[in-house]
Amino acid sequence: MTDRPTFRIKGDTGDWEVVMGLEIHAQVASNAKLFSGASTAFGSDPNCNVSLVDAAMPGMLPVINKFCVEQAIRTGLGLKAQINEYSRFDRKNYFYPDLPQGYQISQFAHPIVGEGEIDVDVEVPGKEGYTFACRIERLHLEQDAGKSIHDMDPHATYVDLNRSGVALMEIVSKPDVRSPAEAAAYVKKLRAIVIALGTCDGDMEKGNLRADVNVSVCKPGQYEKFRETGDFKHLGTRCELKNMNSYRFIQQAIEYEARRQIEIIEGGGKVDQETRLFDPVKGETRSMRSKEDAHDYRYFPDPDLLPLELEKAWIEEIRKSLPELPDQKRARFEMDYGLSRYDAGVLTSDADKALFFEEVAKGRDAKLAANWVTQELFGYLNKEGLELSQSPVSASALGGLIGLISDNTISGKIAKDVFARMIAGEGEAAAIVEKHGLKQVTDTGAIEKVVDEIIAANPEQVAKVKDKPQTLGWFVGQVMKASGGKANPQAVNDILKAKLGI
Amino acid sequence: MTDLTALTLAKALDGLKSKQFSSVELTQAFVSAIEGARVLNAFIVETPEKALDMARASDARRAKGKAGKLDGAPLGIKDLYCTKGVRTTACSGILGEFTPTYESTVTQNLWDEGAVMLGKLNMDEFAMGSSNETSRFGNVINPWRRKGDNQGLTPGGSSGGSAASVAANLCLAATASDTGGSIRQPAAFTGTVGIKPTYGRASRYGMVAFASSLDQAGPIAKTVEDSAILLEVMCSHDPKDSTSLDIKTPDWRKDVRKGVKGMKIGIPKEYRIEGLSEEIDALWQQGIKWLKEAGAEIVDISLPHTKYALPAYYIVAPAEASSNLARYDGMRYGARVEGNNLTGTYEGTRASGFGKEVQRRLMIGTYVLSSGYYDAYYLRAQKVRTKIFQDFVEAFEKCDAILTPACPSPAFAFGEKSGDPVEMYLNDVFTVTANLAGLPGIAVPAGLSANGLPLGLQVIGKALGEAACFRVGGALEDAAGFVAKPERWW
Repeated sequence: MTDRPTFRIKGDTGDWEVVMGLEIHAQVASNAKLFSGASTAFGSDPNCNVSLVDAAMPGMLPVINKFCVEQAIRTGLGLKAQINEYSRFDRKNYFYPDLPQGYQISQFAHPIVGEGEIDVDVEVPGKEGYTFACRIERLHLEQDAGKSIHDMDPHATYVDLNRSGVALMEIVSKPDVRSPAEAAAYVKKLRAIVIALGTCDGDMEKGNLRADVNVSVCKPGQYEKFRETGDFKHLGTRCELKNMNSYRFIQQAIEYEARRQIEIIEGGGKVDQETRLFDPVKGETRSMRSKEDAHDYRYFPDPDLLPLELEKAWIEEIRKSLPELPDQKRARFEMDYGLSRYDAGVLTSDADKALFFEEVAKGRDAKLAANWVTQELFGYLNKEGLELSQSPVSASALGGLIGLISDNTISGKIAKDVFARMIAGEGEAAAIVEKHGLKQVTDTGAIEKVVDEIIAANPEQVAKVKDKPQTLGWFVGQVMKASGGKANPQAVNDILKAKLGI
Repeated sequence: MTDLTALTLAKALDGLKSKQFSSVELTQAFVSAIEGARVLNAFIVETPEKALDMARASDARRAKGKAGKLDGAPLGIKDLYCTKGVRTTACSGILGEFTPTYESTVTQNLWDEGAVMLGKLNMDEFAMGSSNETSRFGNVINPWRRKGDNQGLTPGGSSGGSAASVAANLCLAATASDTGGSIRQPAAFTGTVGIKPTYGRASRYGMVAFASSLDQAGPIAKTVEDSAILLEVMCSHDPKDSTSLDIKTPDWRKDVRKGVKGMKIGIPKEYRIEGLSEEIDALWQQGIKWLKEAGAEIVDISLPHTKYALPAYYIVAPAEASSNLARYDGMRYGARVEGNNLTGTYEGTRASGFGKEVQRRLMIGTYVLSSGYYDAYYLRAQKVRTKIFQDFVEAFEKCDAILTPACPSPAFAFGEKSGDPVEMYLNDVFTVTANLAGLPGIAVPAGLSANGLPLGLQVIGKALGEAACFRVGGALEDAAGFVAKPERWW
């Protein structure tokens, strides 16, 4: 574990630091919407999952979906956060065609979940990573809006209300995130937690988990002053980067945005507080709306809904039913598999990775499995820019390869060759070993035969090795070469030593 | 045969039960009466064919001995209630020809008990008004006229169509709704009985919303007993309305003639407002006397925050309305005026769809919720509301029900108050407190003004204390012996 590095950007006037707080919108895993019984199924035909409530027909009233509340509580518990026994729904009023009610039901003044904290594991390329604590400000429940479709017709906008009323959890962090990598790691960790809890499927491609990042820049030392006093005046003016759903874009967007703000300030200008969108094609952020155009949302308590009053016993019941969380998983990986904290952290930072690893390690040498997963496989994936889900080698296939190493069928060196062939699509490890005759030779008779031939053919080397035992390596190399790398290196060593008398 | 339309709901149900007449006969009598009374403009949708179909079905049920509590009784439905397959617009232009595919819980409760729907009743647009002058379909004319004067009078509002149709015998009884007095004030203006139950007794599902925390369904009927019969069926626990109370609805009919012996009736001194007319004051004193004679104990009580009720109401109600009415944007249903861009379409649709009074309230509501004003207006109004509620809680430690005038004046003429919104809002001065505190309130006709117009008294009960309202209301009805009906001029 290394210390938390300070991320700095060089400007004309010296170094700058970045401060970020994130708002994650996570779609609650639930079959029905937050205030109606309509389905939340993805991929249905437009406007097919819409109830009278979702379409805001006259006289329709919202009725809270208890399961969504339970999911929010579960998530709050997973964030080690305060569960508020009293919370309330407010209306956030604004007009837009994909917002049928003319208001979003949200929780403004009294969220269901208060302050919490998560440990975020940051990977550092080529080095050991580190962990930092990120404080959670709050989590609240709210409705999603529908979708406006602008590109179906040059003259008209179409509206799909399937998403209208779907339950979202908005999870707001404190401004504790200090680098683009930390921002991505935070999202990754939060995603791992909600997936482990089963409260959100974490599908970022479908937009089921997306992040808004508030970015500001400041001079070294200012952030510490802010943490001491809690006074935001020590920090720069922030811009909100909206709706990001890829770790890579999050980092690119922050880098770009921080540099943009530094340039403005160093040029004698002022950063305007505004909402910006990241354009992944151009690699830049652009203004979406400024503070001046910001809506006055006219929040007020929704009179159609009673305050949510939770019973302690119910919260405890949910707490008892919590599944294993990533941090608990990491502790277990350290304990049960004997992994280093760092390896365990890397493997549990992402639910898919943890699942993958456990499948690889099942009934096998766990440390060996961890090395192969984190170094060989992740190394390859990183190099190729692939996600784990796109890996050409499945967990069971990798497990098969590791099994061959463990039972001495192949050496670690041969295994790397086999792994490359697996990536190339040649199939299962055992089949590749069979097809290319890569099986390790442990038959001492066969090795002795090769050794005898080589000793007989090289009298000068034999004479030399008596004086200089370190030249034994030359014999080893010759035997390995002659056996096509298949001879068991330990057996070769032992036989050579015996025959050469050293 | 007597005029069937003159029957009370109770008598009509008796007649149906004893087969003195069929529901078809009864319904036909009302259909004809409605046709003959179009000048009153009480019904804005007439559904005679549907009514007769329902009547036939009712007669068939009754023949099989399977009659419900209201079986065969023809009723009028305020246009605020969504009725499946029948145009529902809350008398607003913005809803265009909107025809719901669903039924409100309150009306469904009526049909489930066999009631017959005669049509939809006129009202102030979105229930915003005290004179029925803001309806898209024009004014409802009060069947009552001043003695020796043919000037048209308002039936009050917003349930003006409900009150006028009951007073003119165009239906046995009607549904209405009350946000600040919209049941009780028109009932008082037309010599009918109207009750707003405790907030949460009746479901708001399928009622076009005005101000969610204040809106409550209730009936307007000819007698206290009729209002008890109808209210019982209208109320129910409804899982589709989160503010609906999960409690059993009592049978209030038995309370009506129970008398008030031993009851303590509170008289709030703050309701003796400045400039209260002698006529109204005299009626109030008369009411006190009647109840005393009937064996009730009169106690003086104080509701100290009463004077803040009206201003608080005219902040809370428009605030909620400004949000509730945001859905009328021309995007999915109702009227739409195409603009050059999205904002243009919104502006055109809402400017032409909403009437002036609704626009006024939407602007007030938007203003009081806006950033920088919220604390000074909305939040403060909510605090006032809490104080008003506490006033009642304390007062009810000393009494079982509270007697007040229903309105500061009898029915007024068209245009008399529509020029000054504040003057119009003052109509609600005695009624809004019950809405703000969520309490039941009944208006009962108790006498005639010097110029021959009905005047009403109001009885406010504790939360869930409708029974006390019915007991006191019944006693006042008995003592007043109010039998006057408007002279038929239409």
